[in-house]
Amino acid sequence: MRTYLDFEKPVADLEAKVDELRALELNGESVSIGEELTRLEAKATKALSDLYAGLTPWQKTQVARHPQRPHFNDYITHLVTDFTPLAGDRAFGEDQAIVGGFGRFQGRSICVIGQEKGSDTDSRIKHNFGMARPEGYRKAARLMELADRFDVPVLSLVDTAGAFPGVDAEERGQAQAIAHSIDVCLGIGVPNIAVIIGEGGSGGAIAIASCNKVLMLEHAIYTVASPEASASILWRESGRAEDAATNMKITAQDLLRFGIIDTIIPEPAGGAHRDRDRILSATGDAIGAALGDLASFDREAIKMARAEKFLAMGRRI
Amino acid sequence: MNWISNVVPPKIRSFLRRETPENLWVKCPDSGELVFHKDLEHNLHVVPGSGFHMRMPVKQRLDSLFDDAHYESLATPDVPQDPLKFRDVKRYTDRLKEYRTKTGDPDAVRLAAGRMEGVDVVVAIQNFDFLGGSLGMAAGEAIITGMIAAIDRHVPFIIFTASGGARMQEGMFSLMQMPRTTLLVQRLRAAKLPYIVVLTNPTTGGVTASYAMLGDVHIAEPGAVIGFAGARVIEQTIRERLPAGFQRAEYLQEHGMVDMVVHRKDMKATLARLCSLFMHKHLENAAVSAQADAA
Repeated sequence: MRTYLDFEKPVADLEAKVDELRALELNGESVSIGEELTRLEAKATKALSDLYAGLTPWQKTQVARHPQRPHFNDYITHLVTDFTPLAGDRAFGEDQAIVGGFGRFQGRSICVIGQEKGSDTDSRIKHNFGMARPEGYRKAARLMELADRFDVPVLSLVDTAGAFPGVDAEERGQAQAIAHSIDVCLGIGVPNIAVIIGEGGSGGAIAIASCNKVLMLEHAIYTVASPEASASILWRESGRAEDAATNMKITAQDLLRFGIIDTIIPEPAGGAHRDRDRILSATGDAIGAALGDLASFDREAIKMARAEKFLAMGRRI
Repeated sequence: MNWISNVVPPKIRSFLRRETPENLWVKCPDSGELVFHKDLEHNLHVVPGSGFHMRMPVKQRLDSLFDDAHYESLATPDVPQDPLKFRDVKRYTDRLKEYRTKTGDPDAVRLAAGRMEGVDVVVAIQNFDFLGGSLGMAAGEAIITGMIAAIDRHVPFIIFTASGGARMQEGMFSLMQMPRTTLLVQRLRAAKLPYIVVLTNPTTGGVTASYAMLGDVHIAEPGAVIGFAGARVIEQTIRERLPAGFQRAEYLQEHGMVDMVVHRKDMKATLARLCSLFMHKHLENAAVSAQADAA
């Protein structure tokens, strides 16, 4: 069952008609239906790609949060073999909002970390909707340090509304955990690649995205604070989220122009969830290419390139 | 100028213009006691009775830290203005103008170099009165400049944080200041120079989640609010009242995030002592070479 977003209604109507006709055709009710069906299908396809070619930042926000959008686990299943998840921060606990471990990507060892939002009620609760506590960031830092020691590149798959805002998280040093994770991310001598696959929410995202290369899916968003939070700070009403999304330049296209991300991974018409295999493969190709670009760098060069990239940001716009 | 200033002679004119501060008496937010503003100023903006630490103006803070209130102001670099062409209820450029007039500073971070009980240091101070001390490109670049100055001079770097977090009006350019400043913290570490963070009220959001929690030593002013998520956001998420003292300096110390909570009157001595303890090799060598020069 396909879930349509509000702004997809015209496409939804067309596709419903196509389905109706197809059902009729199957029943063999009319001969002339085939032509009409082809015409309608073409119309629906065109409507969908036209719509997605001109998505507004707020529409992209909804696409980025689409419940059927591929999540961390889908990428792992599709792109990584021998995946061996590791658990715990060795200090307090295990936080499933961030999943991490080692496996093989295109035949070579890789360390993968990232937020998993979950795909049904149970898994969403288990993963806390992808909102990590300090343990999650400390585990991420621990794995990055392991990867560094064993000369394994790191892949971060970013998909979070933000770090979890809760009493327990604050009590155990959420801020310090994020700061430490950024510190480790920037300090390791192995290549690291971040892919913003859905939502790149604020400190919770940059904690694992301070990487040599930052890739972003075409309709993903990357924000300093969620549009809702920004709206409540700037306009004092969270209902202005659409305005915040528009003004804060959160799309992959804007961020590429600003030099904050390095590459955009195109999504199928209708968004990543319309053709999961295609986006998963395309993401794999983009990661492979990014790792290839860094293959000849030694440890010092990797660190230097990363530092220079971040320090140059915003100096010329 | 109104008509009266044109007709009254200059001497009387100055009398007419005599400015009276808006609030001669300041109410302590904690105890409610009223303090005469001069008394508050003389007491480093700490309410004498309750010990409540009020916000301290940047200039007075610098005067209180450096020997003989003598220091060198370091210039902060210019950065691109308003990269997003942002407007909320106001245009961001108008907001900037407003705060520049109000504070006399280009942005939220001031830098100074000088001696603290004889020990050379570079100090950065975040000014909460400039758009909530928010971390935008200008503040990030200023902090980076201050850290580089400390490395060049081979002296400790001390930062007084006060910030609501990211500067929303600069979007992702603001978020990028978190890794950018962190890179310079790493360079201070590599240069084996002490990096001391003094957390003042309030320090929250992206500032806490980057350079403010990466110090070699974390000192907090009494009662300062320090945290990642704002109290209002947490309350909305968990739908419960927050525990008393939550996210206060003392709470952070109890939870292992802060080394000490230090009263403002002891701040300079504490900082100078830590710096001289960490810099002992360097200071001894300097003393030896000074002796050699004298001989």
